[in-house]
Amino acid sequence: MGVSVRLAQMGVLGLFAILSIIMMANAADTNYAIHAGIFLIATVLGLIYLARSAFKEKPADEGEYMDSVVRAGVIATVFWGVIGFFMGVYVASELAFPWLNWDLPWTNFGRLRPVHTSAVIFAFGGNALIATSFYVVQRTNRARLAFGNLAWFVFWGYQLFIVLAATGYVLGVTQSREYAEPEWYVDLWLTVVWVAYFLVYFGTIVKRKVSHIYVANWFYLSFIVTIAMLHIGNNLAVPVSWFGTKSYSLLSGAPDAITQWWYGHNAVGFFLTAGFLGMMYYFVPKRANRPVYSYRLSIVHFWALIFTYIWAGPHHLHYTALPDWVQTLGMVMSVVLWMPSWGGMINGLMTLSGAWDKLRTDPVLRMMVIAVAFYGMSTFEGPMMSIKSVNALSHFTDWTVGHVHSGALGWVGMITMGSLYYLVPKLWNRERLYSETLVSWHFWLATLGIVLYAASMWVSGIMQGLMWREYDDQGFLVYSFAETVEAMHPYYVIRALGGVLYLTGGIIMAYNFWQTIRGRIRASEPVLEAAKA
Amino acid sequence: MAERERDEVTGTETTGHEWDGIKELDTPLPRWWLWTFYGTIIWGIIYMILYPAIPLVSTNTKGLLNTTNRAELKAELAAVRQQRAEKLAKLEKLSLDEIWKNDDLRQFAIRMGATSFKLNCVQCHGSGAQGGFGYPNLNDDDWIWGGGLEDIHYTITHGIRYNPDTNEETRQSDMPTFGGPDGQLTPEQIDAVSEYVLKLAGLPHDAKKAEEGQKIYMEDAGCNGCHGDKGEGIKDVGGPRLADKIWLYDVGGDPKAIKKMVVEQVTKPRHGVMPAWKGRLDEATIKALTIYVYSLGGGGAKS
Repeated sequence: MGVSVRLAQMGVLGLFAILSIIMMANAADTNYAIHAGIFLIATVLGLIYLARSAFKEKPADEGEYMDSVVRAGVIATVFWGVIGFFMGVYVASELAFPWLNWDLPWTNFGRLRPVHTSAVIFAFGGNALIATSFYVVQRTNRARLAFGNLAWFVFWGYQLFIVLAATGYVLGVTQSREYAEPEWYVDLWLTVVWVAYFLVYFGTIVKRKVSHIYVANWFYLSFIVTIAMLHIGNNLAVPVSWFGTKSYSLLSGAPDAITQWWYGHNAVGFFLTAGFLGMMYYFVPKRANRPVYSYRLSIVHFWALIFTYIWAGPHHLHYTALPDWVQTLGMVMSVVLWMPSWGGMINGLMTLSGAWDKLRTDPVLRMMVIAVAFYGMSTFEGPMMSIKSVNALSHFTDWTVGHVHSGALGWVGMITMGSLYYLVPKLWNRERLYSETLVSWHFWLATLGIVLYAASMWVSGIMQGLMWREYDDQGFLVYSFAETVEAMHPYYVIRALGGVLYLTGGIIMAYNFWQTIRGRIRASEPVLEAAKA
Repeated sequence: MAERERDEVTGTETTGHEWDGIKELDTPLPRWWLWTFYGTIIWGIIYMILYPAIPLVSTNTKGLLNTTNRAELKAELAAVRQQRAEKLAKLEKLSLDEIWKNDDLRQFAIRMGATSFKLNCVQCHGSGAQGGFGYPNLNDDDWIWGGGLEDIHYTITHGIRYNPDTNEETRQSDMPTFGGPDGQLTPEQIDAVSEYVLKLAGLPHDAKKAEEGQKIYMEDAGCNGCHGDKGEGIKDVGGPRLADKIWLYDVGGDPKAIKKMVVEQVTKPRHGVMPAWKGRLDEATIKALTIYVYSLGGGGAKS
């Protein structure tokens, strides 16, 4: 890559820097000025880096994989993961002990909850997807990442998005759309980053030196393309001013609500399911060292999954102003989705046939397998909860929260952390992890944490739903709302405890990686090696 | 491309593809998976025939069952109303005394009132009607405005200090501000009268100050005008009873805290407000609430 390209990149960054100065100077509200300031700092740092390295950079070696950005992605995943888990524990504790809100606007539950959800979904999950997809797309296509250091722009641009989103929530900047809370200008920035991500990913596939495209890439690509579509569709908003944070949604009423949940459910479907299935399809066969169970199943369940998922959103709005026929559509498609989802579970689990014994000795593989098991459980629970008569009980209760977390902690978290345990020694060229024993500790802490979480939320949620609808023989309501809240208190404490266990596991993982990267190996004999001998 | 080969463990052929060492088996679709998948699709089609499902130009298919969420809700509500109609009519027609004396009707009213209480009243009075700081406990015998059936009914209907400009029937009482620059009493006098209030309540107090306070209570400030000569309270004017250990501004059992609260209340009294429920709740519901609340606190002096 020549100097002229580098100068062009600096020009673009420079324009962004000027833009952020203009935004800051004309800001209609303080929060907007703060965000423009953060944006300015980021662009200036980028400019300094580009200028300093402009003449030193060696041309990229097409014969070498670009793993530096993957390494950065792995570190970011662990970093945001620990923060996201901590925020989860904190907001869970706020529900159990409301004084933790401190009566301050910045620390109340309403502002910190999106910090938690965005940190785990987009910061932890998103970085995991970007990093692993960059790793997998290069290996399975035998090509270096396309478009030079555009991958680095994707990485840093995405971190900037996270910082803008999180600071916005704490300051009270939100468009109040669940899992899409950032305001219009942050959405625009994410669009730019996402298009760059698509170009890098797709460009690498185009450059491939193999004839067929591996199944993991289908899933990653469907995730990237569909999230782009969902992100734009859900964020059609009109800013009050080009220099202010506030915007209004283009749609209103029921159409607005269904757009939100079309996005919301497919964030689950394409971000948290399809993307992580891509991860599973590479890392499980690699770790188990077994062929994928069924090529045919992977094709059929892929197409069935992506066709069906996109219709399932209306099940979030059963028994609302949404027309009945839309509710029917959402429910039917959700139930049909059961088997397409389970196709991934079958392929994940059955890939282990012939390697089941490794579960006894390899805690990393164990982590991946329990992830797939939780995936299977959540994708059964989901269709069941989408059935209207079940939903009448479960909707608005903690059952939904438990369901989401068995998917998020169990599936997304465990498959990510299993893959990271596989990746870290490879990426830093270490013989093995610092300690396999610590992986075992992580595994059990996390698993126990999920069990506490899911079980307490099932009990709490079903109890809550039953109390809300408890009528006496005369047809009168039995419980007041406050009584249901009081009854849930012990389960909130157990849930927070489950979160503490999961967070502890995350911290152990971070420590293990830190030591591994430093090149240390714990003196004890690793179980895995012993078994091989 | 690699050749198709046979996997030793499963005996299945691979597809011949390979990526970074990953191969794929050419396993057919599991039958149970496929048939369950077909089953859900068939179920989905049947469901869509039965229920509203397919959008048309200006409407949608209604389904063979010809039902909607709204129609179901409407039918359920109508059934409940139908079931209660007779008793509701009686609640509206009969007097509170008559309702109370009719076992069947009283129990119905208590259930109905309890539900309405949980929806409308618990926010201030607590889900056990136990009250809180500034909100009366409805389980005890202390009734500021009277605990008889008619008294409670009047309070619920018209509220307390609720928009007095437009709501002339609301309960009104206005304890004067005795402290401050315009107040009638000096801080020392307030201290003394507060000691006397502690004495009335049967709490530890300074006997000498209380003696002085009694004079202020009976003469200088005229507290007895509303609270009664012995602190027994006068319900007609909403003067709370002081001769017990029940406090509207409940600060717990510590005499020091109680003294501080009394001093505050004499210096610059708080005036709580309760909404008038007339116009928000129908008469049957207000009567049911009355019966329920009466059933809780014994009502002190029954009407």
